[in-house]
Amino acid sequence: QVTVRDALNQALDEELERDERVFLLGEEVAQYDGAYKISRGLWKKYGDKRIIDTPISEMGFTGIAVGAAMAGLRPVCEFMTFNFSMQAIDQVINSAAKTCYMSAGSISVPIVFRGPNGASAGVAAQHSQCFAAWYGHCPGLKVVSPWSSEDAKGLLKASIRDDNPVVMLENELLYGVPFELSEEAQSKDFVVPIGKAKIERQGTHVTLVSHSRPVGHCLEAAAVLAKEGVECEVINLRSIRPMDIEAIEASVVKTNHLVTVEGGWPQFGVGAEICARIMEGPAFNYLDAPAVRVTGADVPMPYAKILEDNCIPQVKDIIFAVKKTLNI
Amino acid sequence: ASRVMVASRNYADFANEATFEIKKCDLHRLEEGPSTTAVLTREEGLHYYKTMQTIRRMELKSDQLYKQKIIRGFCHLYDGQEACCVGLEVAIKPTDHVITAYRAHGFTYARGVPVRTILAELTGRKGGCVKGKGGSMHMYTKNFYGGNGIVGAQVPLGAGIALACKYFGKNEICLTLYGDGAANQGQIFETYNMAALWKLPCVFICENNRYGMGTSVERAAASTDYYKRGDFIPGLRAISVYQVDGMDVLSVREAAKFATEYCRAGKGPILMELQTYRYHGHSMSDPGISYRTREEIQEVRSKSDPITLLKDRMINNNLASIEELKEIDVAVRKEIEEAAQFATTDPEPPLEELGHHIYFNEPPFEVRGPNQWIKYKSVS
Repeated sequence: QVTVRDALNQALDEELERDERVFLLGEEVAQYDGAYKISRGLWKKYGDKRIIDTPISEMGFTGIAVGAAMAGLRPVCEFMTFNFSMQAIDQVINSAAKTCYMSAGSISVPIVFRGPNGASAGVAAQHSQCFAAWYGHCPGLKVVSPWSSEDAKGLLKASIRDDNPVVMLENELLYGVPFELSEEAQSKDFVVPIGKAKIERQGTHVTLVSHSRPVGHCLEAAAVLAKEGVECEVINLRSIRPMDIEAIEASVVKTNHLVTVEGGWPQFGVGAEICARIMEGPAFNYLDAPAVRVTGADVPMPYAKILEDNCIPQVKDIIFAVKKTLNI
Repeated sequence: ASRVMVASRNYADFANEATFEIKKCDLHRLEEGPSTTAVLTREEGLHYYKTMQTIRRMELKSDQLYKQKIIRGFCHLYDGQEACCVGLEVAIKPTDHVITAYRAHGFTYARGVPVRTILAELTGRKGGCVKGKGGSMHMYTKNFYGGNGIVGAQVPLGAGIALACKYFGKNEICLTLYGDGAANQGQIFETYNMAALWKLPCVFICENNRYGMGTSVERAAASTDYYKRGDFIPGLRAISVYQVDGMDVLSVREAAKFATEYCRAGKGPILMELQTYRYHGHSMSDPGISYRTREEIQEVRSKSDPITLLKDRMINNNLASIEELKEIDVAVRKEIEEAAQFATTDPEPPLEELGHHIYFNEPPFEVRGPNQWIKYKSVS
């Protein structure tokens, strides 16, 4: 049993050891051991050259990280939360994502941007936004969103080894959650391929597609629904871009019903994209009901617990959506 | 048979080199500055002359092609500023790194990309520097990172390249250029801070051509002492009443030699301001006379043109003859004409390449076109 935090820590440690071009920079990553302790112990082990504390200058240090990647290093650039990445978003999109294309492949940008994304607990509107749709929108980027420890470790390792800019959207509430880590996943060469979803639970009546923390909620909902004889197939997207639409299609062909679940806002979100693509593909003809989306409420995140709780998709919301689409 | 000598000038008639006085620099947090004399060999002089002239004519040809609508979009020309990119290039090594903003054609050439490849990129052909994918603002080559469209964004990138230089320990440095307009961007100050904190081998260079688009330096900056804006970062600026010295290739070279030596010695970043001038407007859509006078442009052209300055120095010090330089002019014109010929006849990139190079080192995948039935293949 390994927590997501420890899985990420292991991944960083292993990749830092494996390739000396890899280094980590961000606020508080070194001497503070990381704002969320993801990089605990790394500065002690690797020193100032590989683990760099930055001043509070997102646009500046993100640009520096991207430039370092262009010149042959393999930076891991941590945003304390992705909300702060908005300060630096020009560097992520215009300098990192687009450069390989603009240079016809002569300049590569092997960088990983990582940090917690989406809602936390009681941190209010400016610290709770989900950026999956924003970054997932842009060609040139890869965007991953882990749920379990295996996802976290495997995707971080894969992202660091990828020669392209990868945005890794973690979740603060998952950091302390323990998951089983298989023998295979404990190996130093274990990577989770970017662009492939994982079926967390087989089912026949409805397809639930989700990413990050809501995957856990889907599994809880599935457990409750199973008692009522409804078997949900739960798909953990793992990657937002490229998105494994084929996995979703194959599942919908089997179950004939689709519910997407995400923490982000509904308009122009991940679920909206899935629905559009399902309409365009072979699975459309297998739907027995319109696809349904479960999302964060369309409002900036409030602070009071009762309000906040009702702004994120809960297990009951997922169950309700499933029953609606199955008409039960 | 006897040969009739009509006119002859023996190369032994020329001086091998000459020494020139150059203006002393304004210094900020520096005890001493670059040398106030510069030695120019005949060979160097001819090389600088030819390079600057090539850039000049290439830019003028681009102007022509733009007006014929063969070049589209944005086109920011460098004519007038040639002494900067040439003076810088000759002071550094091919293994050093350079990054600049969008007024980049001169640097692209100085860093080794042939004229025909630059022009073909401007005209959007497959023989272009980046196969027509980038255009005027996005040309790259080895150790040259463009060509950047977002004002100021190249500055942190340059410091990042410098970080890599320090990390790899191969004694390389990065020249990070920006204009007087960009000098007010916040991320530049964030970069100054980190570069100084971490002692990055980064030479920050402000090409001050007096106008950020249509806004003069006095109207944009509370302090126009750009070489001091790095505060805790030492800086230098060629003193100039008529803003000559960013127009003097030897001045630029000596200042650059000084600055790069400082960086290579591990002393940290340094900031250099080059006062220069662009004859064209900000871009091809700017006639360049609504915010400055024709007289001003004329005055700089007649008194401080970088190519004329070098030419006069060489002639007056017997480093070359007028005929010789004229021959170079002819050769340059020919090269530019041929390059333009190529750039206007080379085919556009094939449509099949539309999706290529989205990623690096990636197995081929499908890219969506304007509708779900149009698909392109992406190969990297």
